[in-house]
Amino acid sequence: MCLAIPAKITRIDGSGQGTASYIGSEVKVNLSLVPQAKRGDWVIIHAGFAISVMNAKEARETLRLFKELAAASQDEGA
Amino acid sequence: MKELRDPAALRRLLGEIEGKVRGIGRAPRLMEVCGTHTMALFKSGLTPLLARAGVEMVSGPGCPVCITPNVIHEAAIAILTRTKDVTLAAFGDMTRVPTRNGSLQTAIPARGSRLRIVYSPEEALDEARREPERPVVFFGAGFETTIPAIAFTVRRAAEEGLRNYSVLPALWLVPPALRAVLEGGEVAVDGFIYPGHVSAVIGIEPYEFVAREFGVPGAVAGFEPGDILLAIRSVLEQMAEGKPRVALEYSRAIGRDGNPVARALMAEIFEPYDAYWRGLGKIPGSGLRFREAFAGFDAGPRFGLETTGPDRDLAGCRCGEVLRGVIRPEGCGLFGKKCQPDSPLGPCMVSYEGACLIHFKYGPARRARA
Repeated sequence: MCLAIPAKITRIDGSGQGTASYIGSEVKVNLSLVPQAKRGDWVIIHAGFAISVMNAKEARETLRLFKELAAASQDEGA
Repeated sequence: MKELRDPAALRRLLGEIEGKVRGIGRAPRLMEVCGTHTMALFKSGLTPLLARAGVEMVSGPGCPVCITPNVIHEAAIAILTRTKDVTLAAFGDMTRVPTRNGSLQTAIPARGSRLRIVYSPEEALDEARREPERPVVFFGAGFETTIPAIAFTVRRAAEEGLRNYSVLPALWLVPPALRAVLEGGEVAVDGFIYPGHVSAVIGIEPYEFVAREFGVPGAVAGFEPGDILLAIRSVLEQMAEGKPRVALEYSRAIGRDGNPVARALMAEIFEPYDAYWRGLGKIPGSGLRFREAFAGFDAGPRFGLETTGPDRDLAGCRCGEVLRGVIRPEGCGLFGKKCQPDSPLGPCMVSYEGACLIHFKYGPARRARA
């Protein structure tokens, strides 16, 4: 039940509601729990509510780490 | 984030994990607290690979559908079957849990009453707005991830004066359950993989007692295969160094402090109490109930129903022991025989986060059937 999806905010209206883009579709999202969120931010959405704003710098860091792991694995195999 | 599923990167991490297990000199047993992690481990095929690397994973009590005792499921069924012209809204999984009175799906609603399956608690609130003369009850089940959304609907209903809206609460807190697992001492757990989305709300501080008081390491994980392996590697590192702590291996999605806005909203509407969990019994401070100021929104007293108390499981169902990590689903005599996804005898075979359903769909039993 704690399944949640990452999605990018595409629109914010005045009342704490907005829309977000998730693998190509627009979903309605309640942004009341993340008042700091801005258009273009990635958020974690659970049961219709954004519960967290994602950290772009940390996301890049994770991607870099996994690219390194993959490269190290390939070197090992070679 | 396909990089977090890259087989080469995952192979490398598994190799590092295997090396750390050799260094520790015995096979560690780790508990993944969250059912969504159990699902991710099985679906990605990591479980047998981890076993080969020497890491035993056991599922914890992180399935809200499963740990909600039947007395609350029966209260929901009673609302639907005994009250005329009521709408009962619930998450889909909650409607299939079998009790001695059937399930919400099999129960016959009273005249004019109906069951609505919703994805968000806001949909239940919308129903209450659309039909202000009709009582709308939301069967509010969940952990800290979901509770703020439920609290939001209650505060909104209070602001709008929606007197027809109420919530049947089945609200559970993860950290007190971890304490119960550790103090119960039935399963020796060497480390925890903490739930990523519960932590998005509560942050990492509430787990620190696990390292401080019990000396057990842990790491918060995301839900990609790579996320889970990173967290396992961190736990094994902590074991090897003898320095247990709470590591955050999901920092792209959550901050160490969680979501204070969400926590404030939960605390405004609800307060902790000693709640009964299926399988785990009564755990101090592990459930949330309505604060006095919002007690009018509690569907329990509004419909005159008992909503707390010990288990009333169906005969033979060992879901409670599965939730404590004492037995694996395959250890239950009903598993895969009388109890299957289309004829479940307990919630662990109903919920997509339930260990029995996950083992049935993706585990060794399935490989044997194929």
